[in-house]
Amino acid sequence: MKKDIILAGVGGQGILSIAATIGTAALSKGLYLKQAEVHGMSQRGGDVQSNLRISDREIASDLIPMGKADMIISVEPMESLRYLPMLSAGGWLITNTKPFINIKNYPAMDKIMAEIEIFPRHIALDADEIARQMGSPKSANMVILGAASPFLDIEYESLQDAIRSIFRKKGDEVVQVNLDALEAGRNLAMSKMN
Amino acid sequence: MQKLLLLGDEAIAQGAIDAGLSGIYAYPGTPSTEITEYVMHSKEAKTGKVVASWGANEKTAMEAGLGMSYAGKRAMVCMKHVGLNVAADAFVNSAITGANGGLIVVAADDPSMHSSQNEQDSRFYGKFALIPILEPGNQQEAYDMVHYGFELSEKYRIPVMMRITTRLAHSRSGVARKEVRQQNEIRLPENLKQFILLPANARKQYKSLLNSQISYILESEKSPFNVMIDNPDKKLGIIACGLAYNYLIENFENHNVPHPVLRIGQYPLPEKQIRELYDSCDSLLILEDGYPLVEELVRGFMNNGKPIKGRLDGTVPRDGELNPNIIARALGLEDTYGRDIPAIVSSRPPSLCKGCPHIYSYNALNEALLTVGKGRVFSDIGCYTLGALEPFDAINSCVDMGASITMAKGAADAGLVPSIAVIGDSTFTHSGITGLLDAVVAKSPITVMILDNATTAMTGGQDSAALGKIEDICEALGVEKDHIRILNPLQKHHEENLAVMQEEIAYNGVSVIIPRRECIQTVTRRMREAKKQQLIEKSEA
Repeated sequence: MKKDIILAGVGGQGILSIAATIGTAALSKGLYLKQAEVHGMSQRGGDVQSNLRISDREIASDLIPMGKADMIISVEPMESLRYLPMLSAGGWLITNTKPFINIKNYPAMDKIMAEIEIFPRHIALDADEIARQMGSPKSANMVILGAASPFLDIEYESLQDAIRSIFRKKGDEVVQVNLDALEAGRNLAMSKMN
Repeated sequence: MQKLLLLGDEAIAQGAIDAGLSGIYAYPGTPSTEITEYVMHSKEAKTGKVVASWGANEKTAMEAGLGMSYAGKRAMVCMKHVGLNVAADAFVNSAITGANGGLIVVAADDPSMHSSQNEQDSRFYGKFALIPILEPGNQQEAYDMVHYGFELSEKYRIPVMMRITTRLAHSRSGVARKEVRQQNEIRLPENLKQFILLPANARKQYKSLLNSQISYILESEKSPFNVMIDNPDKKLGIIACGLAYNYLIENFENHNVPHPVLRIGQYPLPEKQIRELYDSCDSLLILEDGYPLVEELVRGFMNNGKPIKGRLDGTVPRDGELNPNIIARALGLEDTYGRDIPAIVSSRPPSLCKGCPHIYSYNALNEALLTVGKGRVFSDIGCYTLGALEPFDAINSCVDMGASITMAKGAADAGLVPSIAVIGDSTFTHSGITGLLDAVVAKSPITVMILDNATTAMTGGQDSAALGKIEDICEALGVEKDHIRILNPLQKHHEENLAVMQEEIAYNGVSVIIPRRECIQTVTRRMREAKKQQLIEKSEA
């Protein structure tokens, strides 16, 4: 088993909590993991990404080779496109459709969507809206992770356990909200596939 | 024991705690910051009363580390690569004094300049100082090398450099811990003159350092971190340093490289193994992150031996961080690539946060300079360097820590009046104070803006040594009290702030303006933590 994942977003959107959840789940299954993050200057509202690699065999490089990523998981639609040189031919593109606009020349949404829809394997959903409807706008991340969960090759229960262990300190309510968000994202992805 | 999921930086920190560290000293700098932060937040370190502190700059940190080593305890000093320039005086001389308690200096390089103004290679500093260098190839080695490094340091009474790069510093993986070592007791150096670098003594010490070089090479030759992996295809032999080895094997099924590979993790280079590889192969390929240090050594000036490929002959690009694809191309293997980035994707550079105090300082400054024109603002290293970008386009230089004030002074000496310096509070105490003294002594007609957000913001909000002291420092240096002006950088104070800037820019002498408001990130974090604390108290009540 091997999954090479590019996590994408804008500094401050919290892609690292998605990484932490997948990472915790992977470790609990005894898998190998490497995860390269971006710290420092770019975190100030710039584009950020993380290379997350999971495997049942030892992993060599901290960086995923170009064109070899199995999946891009993005919390921002334009950012999902920035890493296309990394994505393999049959790879999945899973992205939020809610734009984060902090630049003047942000492209038109219909053009972004057209680029995303070129990919036969894509899931695009407004995670912010789903999270808002659930009354927890901060858990849009977990909605996105839920949408990616059918393609991760990690048991869904392990992801749930990871959320329980990561958010435990914040109380039962926060745990449940995030579990619900994960579920909502997963259901939506499943319905889109059928 | 379950493996810990640690950043390379954190692995070094945990390694140091487990190897009997007594003190860690640093100045924040990406990608090195998380080492010291980890020790600061570690319960084990707290229980063991490990000192973890930010110095005013890398030089003071290096000297404090050397002092702890003098007293016989294990010390670690951490900095980013350019920080080593600041600490260089103490660093190079520490090789002559030698260590007493184990001393490891971690220099975190930033090839590709993710968050830096250059990509200098710290291995040259280690070589220059004539001390052993360790270069981990993964998180586990980063952990293990700290134990090893302290042992090496205490065996030869010599500081040891650990060189890492951004990729390892900020990449996470599973790390298994070793047994925990006790800290050293206080123990003075056997020779109480060891640390006195008077010429007569320094000559002796230097000769002893030179005599030790052969021992360091022998250590490298038997080091577990320098590994020769023999393989049948001897048309090419490969030397791969640190992370380069991972990128190399990534390119081969089951990580089986057909060529002999010498993996390097410890310097000075193991001469025996290098010679073996050279003698047994038709040509060599050198893979190293940073400058072509190994390549230059192996190639030699005459370059009259077998073909040596690497960064110097263009087989590998001369600059930038390595990755698996660069190495695939260097080996003539199939390169892989997804699809081009669609043309509609715009760049998204970092920017000042919404509500950041610097925004209002720059808005007022830009307006204050409308009448004199652009090209007069010397800035420095920190979040406010983002003032170089749209929509501000407010600064004209960013060179090194503290250079804003001294460059403004030099420009004013040349007749460029007014000249303005823009520097942050933490950068000011790091390296701005001496420059301001120069300006005061020369009565330079410059205006120094010290943007005081009460923290070292760019690296994530570490405490600033300047907190609550800036006016006093300026006054003590001789800046006239009437020309030390404090502003509140908010939109609603724009007109009055503008007026103050105009007045002080017009003043024919050193003036200091301090726009003061806490960093929006640290305020938010403080409020969030206060709320969390309230919740905890509520649930306990």
